[in-house]
Amino acid sequence: MNAPIHKEHAELATEFVSNRERAKWHDGSLWFVRQKRDRQTNAIPEWETLRELAATIKRHTLAKLPFYLEEFERNATIMGAVVHWARDAEEHNRIVLQILEDHGAKKIVKSKSMLTEECHLNPYLERHGLQVVDTDLGEWIVQLRNEPPSHIVMPAIHIKKQEISELFHEKLGTEDGNNDPTYLAGEARNHLREKFVGADAGITGVNFAIAQTGGIVVCTNEGNADLGVSLPDLHIACMGIEKLIPRADDLAVFTRLLGRSATGQPITAYTSHFHGPRPGCKLHIILVDNGRSKIRASEDFSRSLNCIRCGACMNTCPVYRRSGGHSYSTTVPGPIGSILAPNRDPQNHGDLPFACTLCGSCTDVCPVKIDIHHQLLTWRKELALKKVVPWSKRVSMIFAAAVLKRPWLYALGGKVARMSLRWMPRWMIYNGLNAWGKKRDLPPAPVKSFREQYRSRNKG
Amino acid sequence: MRVGLFIPCYIDQFYPDVGLASVEILEKQGLTVEFPSAQTCCGQPMLNTGCVDSARPLAQRFVEIFADYDYIVSPSGSCTSMVRNHFHDLIPHNAAYDKVQKKSFELCEFLHDVLGLLTWEGEFPYRVGIHQSCHGLRELRLEKSSEEMLKRPGKVRGLLQSLRGIQLTELSRPDECCGFGGTFAVAQEAISVMMGEDRLADHRQAGTDVLTATDMSCLMHLEGLVRRQKMPVAVMHVAEILAGRKPTRPHSPEPVKST
Repeated sequence: MNAPIHKEHAELATEFVSNRERAKWHDGSLWFVRQKRDRQTNAIPEWETLRELAATIKRHTLAKLPFYLEEFERNATIMGAVVHWARDAEEHNRIVLQILEDHGAKKIVKSKSMLTEECHLNPYLERHGLQVVDTDLGEWIVQLRNEPPSHIVMPAIHIKKQEISELFHEKLGTEDGNNDPTYLAGEARNHLREKFVGADAGITGVNFAIAQTGGIVVCTNEGNADLGVSLPDLHIACMGIEKLIPRADDLAVFTRLLGRSATGQPITAYTSHFHGPRPGCKLHIILVDNGRSKIRASEDFSRSLNCIRCGACMNTCPVYRRSGGHSYSTTVPGPIGSILAPNRDPQNHGDLPFACTLCGSCTDVCPVKIDIHHQLLTWRKELALKKVVPWSKRVSMIFAAAVLKRPWLYALGGKVARMSLRWMPRWMIYNGLNAWGKKRDLPPAPVKSFREQYRSRNKG
Repeated sequence: MRVGLFIPCYIDQFYPDVGLASVEILEKQGLTVEFPSAQTCCGQPMLNTGCVDSARPLAQRFVEIFADYDYIVSPSGSCTSMVRNHFHDLIPHNAAYDKVQKKSFELCEFLHDVLGLLTWEGEFPYRVGIHQSCHGLRELRLEKSSEEMLKRPGKVRGLLQSLRGIQLTELSRPDECCGFGGTFAVAQEAISVMMGEDRLADHRQAGTDVLTATDMSCLMHLEGLVRRQKMPVAVMHVAEILAGRKPTRPHSPEPVKST
């Protein structure tokens, strides 16, 4: 087994929690969003029906995905868009570069797209001498800090406003020590306006693609996607093949779920529909697989493709909130990311399905009813089969099972263990190897187990 | 009605009184209760680490031991969920497992669903905070989770609420996980401890004097923190409260005055 190329989640999480005040702040910020979501969903009596409907639409679409993809390609082409197919991230990046070069584009504005993050498009384009600016405020902040987003909806949720002020002061020359969010957002706006005006091309992600109409829909709160594709005459839209829905009517189900689940808004501020290019302009749509067909073919994990990237599972996850998105070392972090990442690379992301208490909050919050925590449990089984689960864990479980198959040995072992706990001095029990005991006491060991007491009770 | 009592291994070894309280509760209902002594563990720790091969024989012998009972009742939502929702990943579906799956109940769930008890006769004049153990909450649906937008009966809350003198505390986060999570508690010690401390802080601000749950595993983790930090909170399994025990472990709070 090769060593993973990055630190494991447990280690990064421990580092994050070591700054308790910050971990608490991070937890609180995300819980605030979860509460906003609760207020919105409570106001919709048909919430559970909507979830069921959305899950059914997604299940149907995924079952007939080739059919709908071809229908989409046909209709989008009729509307004047150029549709491309990319097998993986590399092919996707190559296609984007080719389109940009054919167009002579040098300066690109991009609105938030998790797919292009997944494909690491920015560094690829920069290596080829192009300038890419992320125009979603949060995304731009992490780009200026030269780090990946920590959340799929709120990319800079891990950064405090004071830190943004310092960053802007250093990179943009804003007033030193001015932490006023309105001031900082205004400065960001001024800087980004120049980028928009000077851009040769706009790249966006896609929230939904409608097979029936050949249109794509992009949801944002800042209007940056609209501006980014309205000024330059080239729009490239990059989407995973799972973003498809059959009909325009289906869209209403998802837009009602998305904004509420993501940020606790009834709807995102902008829901922009693109049906073909503007007159005299070009629209290219790239359909990307990058491992999705493999997930679709898997009975256990295909439901994870229902995901509409709302981020609600992150906001509700008690582990994510306290460990931060970067501790997952993958583009999509949190519960859903922990299902997706091991598909691509079990060696390097095999720790993620264990970064979870199996509490199931993600499953109940998910607007498209993905049984996230059950899929994480399924991953643990797969990883044990692949022997990615550490040797020590597997051997201790084999040992425990050998004892538990023999009631006499189990009873004897329990008795000896309890006796030792009663007689051993504290310093021997609470040694460096006892992770439980670092901050927690063990329960006092009773003289007699339940089975012993039950036996004497029934004799008497 | 012959009830097979399923006592999870850690309760057997560390919390024998929770087992005895469960026996008393069931016997009080006129049931014949038996504890088959061949039982050890349902295999959940093995399954949750992905070690299916280690879990399988334990699931197999569990079914053999309990197949002949009319009902199987356990003071643990998590272990009951293992039997009901996860054994099918380990062993083939045959008549014996089919029966065991349908007849396994968590204690409060059994009182509510099978015996039809919506209230419980007794007195417990303390400020009680319910910790919603996740598997009981979301795998067995003993209560409505905070994420769900629908109505469900509160099977645990209902019984506790009917006790004379009891005051249930209201938490700011009604059902956040305590951070135990089986091997998670040691593999991710730092996060696990922070989650536990956050739960306890929520209970403290809500005025909880007695912390209770359907699962002793969550409570073992929380009690570990309570003991280490010497918090003035008692920790009791729901069965102990229903069986009329007084709060003493690790702290004995004053009863609240009736108004």
